[in-house]
Amino acid sequence: MDLVDFARGPALKVAFVIFFIGVVWRLVNVLLLRHKRNLSEPRRSVGASVWGGLKAMGSRSWPHPEFIKRTITGEALGYSYHIGLFIVILLFAPHIIFFGSFIGMRWPALPNGLVTIFAVITVTLFVAVLFRRLAHPVLRRLSNFDDFFSWFVVALLLVTGLMATAHVGAPYPTILGLHILSFDLLLIWYPFGKLMHAFYIFPTRAVDGYLLTRKGAPS
Amino acid sequence: MARPELQPTIGELLDRQGVSRRSFVKYCTAMASLLALPPHAARAMAEQLRAARRPSVIYLSFQECTGCLESLTRSFAPTIENLIFNVVSLDYDDTLMAAAGSQAEEAREQAMRANYGKYLLVVDGAVPTGDGGVYHCAAGRTGLDILTDCAKGAAAIVCVGTCASFGGLPFADPNPTGARAISTLVPGKPVVNVSGCPPIPEVIAGTLLQYVTSGRVPDLDEHLRPTVFFGNSIHDRCYRRPFYDQGKFAKTFDDEGARNGWCLYELGCKGPTTYNACATIKWNNAVSFPIQSGHPCLGCAEPDFWDRGSFYSPIPSPRWGKAGEVSPAQAAAIAAGAAVAGAAIGVGSVLLGRRRIERHQQEPKSQSGKGNEE
Repeated sequence: MDLVDFARGPALKVAFVIFFIGVVWRLVNVLLLRHKRNLSEPRRSVGASVWGGLKAMGSRSWPHPEFIKRTITGEALGYSYHIGLFIVILLFAPHIIFFGSFIGMRWPALPNGLVTIFAVITVTLFVAVLFRRLAHPVLRRLSNFDDFFSWFVVALLLVTGLMATAHVGAPYPTILGLHILSFDLLLIWYPFGKLMHAFYIFPTRAVDGYLLTRKGAPS
Repeated sequence: MARPELQPTIGELLDRQGVSRRSFVKYCTAMASLLALPPHAARAMAEQLRAARRPSVIYLSFQECTGCLESLTRSFAPTIENLIFNVVSLDYDDTLMAAAGSQAEEAREQAMRANYGKYLLVVDGAVPTGDGGVYHCAAGRTGLDILTDCAKGAAAIVCVGTCASFGGLPFADPNPTGARAISTLVPGKPVVNVSGCPPIPEVIAGTLLQYVTSGRVPDLDEHLRPTVFFGNSIHDRCYRRPFYDQGKFAKTFDDEGARNGWCLYELGCKGPTTYNACATIKWNNAVSFPIQSGHPCLGCAEPDFWDRGSFYSPIPSPRWGKAGEVSPAQAAAIAAGAAVAGAAIGVGSVLLGRRRIERHQQEPKSQSGKGNEE
């Protein structure tokens, strides 16, 4: 069994199982958190509070006007590389075949050249994000192993993907094997690090929005 | 069997046959081009080839289908007759030689004695090693025994085809005969793998010619294949590559994409992970090659190509176990199983956490109770 077959075979299977166990474990942990009974009288109806929660998912995803000057760099970098990741991960033909094989369907791909350009931009943004984290006095103090390792895992995936596309560093099958192995690593790390934010971000914003609306605050 | 130093040179043989110098130089120019050598190499090749004596070649066949030899007989540059009559002295090949039985074996032994340490051993097919090697016997000897005997005095061994190079079909899971690649059975001998199922005839002939011309094995890749022929992937040299770059793929064998000649990647083409010269040298005197005929590359020049799932499963498809490509139902079943396990672990950890909190909340009460009693 060569590297590609190992990476897309037993390694992927183990990573997939760890990913699912980990994600469900962490979601169950949060869902079963014990909450104190809210004894205050609701200022708004349940329907309005739920709507407030749904609105918060959008409104909290946008920079607040009052802080925009201070947060715009981080927000712009964050949004840009997330869009880049979306394009590279979900609109590249080989990735569509890969993800499509799990769900039994495929969707149209972007031309490879275009995806490669987005991948290069995304890697550049990733480097910028890392430098900002290291240079920003507050961010640096807030950062821990989780932040850097999560960055590394995603950056590794992008870099090996670009190397495979450009046939740089080693024969294509070797680089492809490393690329898939780095995806396996991402799957394994995903539930245990900050990458898990993809599952938490919108539900937590919705809960915050619901509670704030219930208290009568605008969401 | 004449000793090699008594054999005429290739130049002398060609002169006897009335082959003009001009024709010979044209031939060498074509061969130099095939081997991707610079233009001035053609003249050097012509000089060296004229002065060279034809090396003795012993061609052994083991677990194989004779497809490789069939392929070699369709070589156009050099042609098979040109190769075996003018370039090499084919002293033993039980398929092509007129002699049979003990006479054939005698010819082989004579050639080995006369050219000990200098002959070229060409091997076609994997060698079974299970159960004492009984799955391949010829002239009362096992294939393993014949190979070991013939390899001793060989200057180099050229493995023709994927079976000889990597085990091929006989080596495929579950490999009931214990088939093995030649390179694993002849330690210390220079081995050149000319893989493919079958290999391109010009690649087999070109590799032999390169050896005759230079007197040494060519530069090899990590799988011991000549880099001059196996240096590029099929994908990199494929005329359909622009369609891959544009994201234009045939989805089925009869859709509009297939009719337009778009990339066959989604139909399982193994071109990106297969290194061979199919897309450049092509087949049948450069008429076509499988992808040009509308079929994906099977990856036949790579190790274990029989054990890599369906030929029609795209490269990025996950492969879980012997079943090959994972189906959505399998993925869902594994995800569901893992989710149940995750939920159980989650509930368990929450309950443990709650018990710990409750114990912690009770501790100050009992401590204060003790204090009151005192």
